[in-house]
Amino acid sequence: MARVLMKGNEAIGEAAIRAGCLHFFGYPITPQSEVPEYLAKRLPELGGQYVQAESEVAASNMIYGSAGVGIRVLTTSSSPGISLMAEGISYIAACELPVVIVNIMRSGPGLGGILPAQSDYLQATKGMAHGDFHLIVLAPSSVQEAVDMVILAFELAEKYRNPTMVIGDGMIGQMMEPVEFPDQEIGPPLDPGDWALTGCKGREKRIVNSLYLDPEECNQQNIRLEKKWEKITKAEQRWEEYKCDKPYDLLICAFGMVSRICKTAIDSLSEEGYRIGLFRPMTVNPFPYDACAKLVKKSKRVLDVEMNMGQMIQDVRLAAEGSKPIEFFGKAGGVVPSPDEVIDEIRKVMKKAGIKKPKKKTSPKKKIGTAAKKKTSKKTAKKSAAKSSGSPKRSKIRRKR
Amino acid sequence: MAETEVLMAGFGGQGMLLSGKLLAYAAMKKGMEVSWLPSYGPEMRGGTANVTVCIAEKAVASPYITFPRALLVMNQPSLEKFAPKVKPGGLIVVNRSLVPIDADRPDCTVIYIPANEVAKEAGTARAANLVMLGVYVGWSDVVDEETTIKMIEKQFASKAKFIPANVAAFKKGYEEGVKARGDAK
Amino acid sequence: MYKTFAYTQGLTPKPTHYCPGCTHGTIHRMVGEVIEELGVRERTVGIAPVGCSVLAYEYFNCDMFEASHGRAPAIATGAKRSRPNLIVFTYQGDGDLASIGMGEIIHAANRGEKITVVFVNNAIYGMTGGQMAPTTMPNQRTTTCPAGRDVAEVGYPVRMAEQIADLRTPAFVARVSSHNPKEIIRAKAVLKKAFQYQIENTCFSFVEVLSTCPTNWGLSPLEASNWLEREMIPYYPLGIKKTPEAESGQQEHNSEGV
Repeated sequence: MARVLMKGNEAIGEAAIRAGCLHFFGYPITPQSEVPEYLAKRLPELGGQYVQAESEVAASNMIYGSAGVGIRVLTTSSSPGISLMAEGISYIAACELPVVIVNIMRSGPGLGGILPAQSDYLQATKGMAHGDFHLIVLAPSSVQEAVDMVILAFELAEKYRNPTMVIGDGMIGQMMEPVEFPDQEIGPPLDPGDWALTGCKGREKRIVNSLYLDPEECNQQNIRLEKKWEKITKAEQRWEEYKCDKPYDLLICAFGMVSRICKTAIDSLSEEGYRIGLFRPMTVNPFPYDACAKLVKKSKRVLDVEMNMGQMIQDVRLAAEGSKPIEFFGKAGGVVPSPDEVIDEIRKVMKKAGIKKPKKKTSPKKKIGTAAKKKTSKKTAKKSAAKSSGSPKRSKIRRKR
Repeated sequence: MAETEVLMAGFGGQGMLLSGKLLAYAAMKKGMEVSWLPSYGPEMRGGTANVTVCIAEKAVASPYITFPRALLVMNQPSLEKFAPKVKPGGLIVVNRSLVPIDADRPDCTVIYIPANEVAKEAGTARAANLVMLGVYVGWSDVVDEETTIKMIEKQFASKAKFIPANVAAFKKGYEEGVKARGDAK
Repeated sequence: MYKTFAYTQGLTPKPTHYCPGCTHGTIHRMVGEVIEELGVRERTVGIAPVGCSVLAYEYFNCDMFEASHGRAPAIATGAKRSRPNLIVFTYQGDGDLASIGMGEIIHAANRGEKITVVFVNNAIYGMTGGQMAPTTMPNQRTTTCPAGRDVAEVGYPVRMAEQIADLRTPAFVARVSSHNPKEIIRAKAVLKKAFQYQIENTCFSFVEVLSTCPTNWGLSPLEASNWLEREMIPYYPLGIKKTPEAESGQQEHNSEGV
């Protein structure tokens, strides 16, 4: 299919349709309202259902009901709305239902603001709601990747029967970039398997339930969920390495849109002869700890850049296991760190660490803003990480069917 | 041309987001990579609205740019805010119909154009945004006139009666841009 | 020998956990019989609430959800909109529906979701140990209003059936009681009607069933039945409050029931 120029939010809506999702329950909130707006128009045309819920609490329970009867379903929201959805998400995780939730993050805490932020990283990856459970969390850095990851999210949600979240900052939702969709106009419907409530004709009744009054039963339920998570952790880590195939002194860690801002900064400094690499987790949960650790080991110093006060840095620290000092640069509240600010920060960190540029230039000449071709490690490629260097070209995470 | 960034700014409703979109479409049509990043605020109409369009041969790295190579402004606050940020040697296009002050950037090419009047002459005062876009396209070598006009026609396909005036407005701007480039050389 | 009384197919044979004299069991039985008699058991999905009837998913012999507190109508919305051929009902108590789930029930009713809501009102929080409910009667003593419900402090009990009937959206809304055999017979007929409206894809249907809680009321089962009749019915009048056939916005009050 030809590439089209599309706003992130609308592309997310279309991606869901391509994945075969014709049911949406949600509540408007800036900066993601174009998703419900797009689907309110498209889904009825396709014989699907769009329902504007009375609240995000209700929306999270509507997707619980929809997935519970074996229907592929999506909801989208932005930070304060996601907090309200925490209730339904915990139940959905407990009942092992496949749903996809998109969070187009805005600043917080509280009402915060409507401008881009990455301050829900810890909420998504660590503390979404009560109880022991994990969401699979994907973090796109372009509109194309948002499309690919929404499609992948449905795939993973269904493969593991686990709620899956896609987190992008407000820019991902609001910006337009060229995108390419899979050829299939609407994916095949979800297989209701042996768990969905479809009416008990010709079989025993089924129950979708998260109540275990017997503590040992509840313990076993937790063990089962944890075992599933171990499996996901082993099989589903995805990340990108940028300019890490050659020796580097400084490693930058960033996810989502910020990684692209960092790439511009890295390219600019590479031109001056500095040796800097970038690690970007694409699955922020499960976090690619081993991959991160390996890259950290090869660096002299690590700089973590985020649009928050330092959230992913906790995972980077866990990966580094104290082996390297981890510096942090972040902006919050809807302020986007500019490439120039990142450059200044990198210079500061390198000065502090005593990193000087090698006498002989090792980096190829690059103009500011051009992304170099990235070489993906074999392991990464095997795990179907995007081969592109954050390029909006289709990455290899397309639906397999 | 390896890559460039254009910041288009004005009040909401003046059509700068649309101008940015048309530029992005045209560049994409030419096989370039593009990004279109709007500022978005709580106001629906009348607030400041600006958009950054990045165009590159390869992937656009950061779509968020603080120092653009070109600036098109439709109001005074935007000129005051963004003119100091244009890269040296860059371009600033000012809508003289609405901005009485000058840009204090001797190191840049500054084009003043009464875009509202020019648009009115072309047949619709509402097409000042396309006059501005025309100036940029005429001055730069990012996209060509023909492709951009095709995009304008596509954009207004459902309101075909508006096409001639809008295309005319764009062309008038384009001529000014070409002239300015000739003067500069 | 003739079989004169048997388990309904609509319920599992599992003994319920309800206290002696509680009418939840009776209401379960009525719903179970209705589902069986209408021949829809195999395409019915029920939604159990949080409260005394939290384990209802064990008792109804059809596919069941367990909901979070108050959200059953939202789950029902998701289920019904996704598979419109299913017959979807929620079974909710007064704390669940009239307090924490007030938003969900009003909006599901207002959207006209083609679901059936069985609302069991016993004027108290049963499972958590007898605290005040939004439907607790004026001056009624509970563990959280030990001196009796003071309407000046906490307002009057909420009449849910009337609230729902007041919405413009067409619906079938009724209040019935479960405190004596005569009312039970009426209640079942009304419940059946409510499910029929759903089967015919006509409208949202809502049946409020007045129920007893001898344990938390501190009364014997018989005294509880009498208390319900004496104290609750005058405040919560029985009857069909609204039918979809009635002109929109107009309420039909029929104290005779069906």
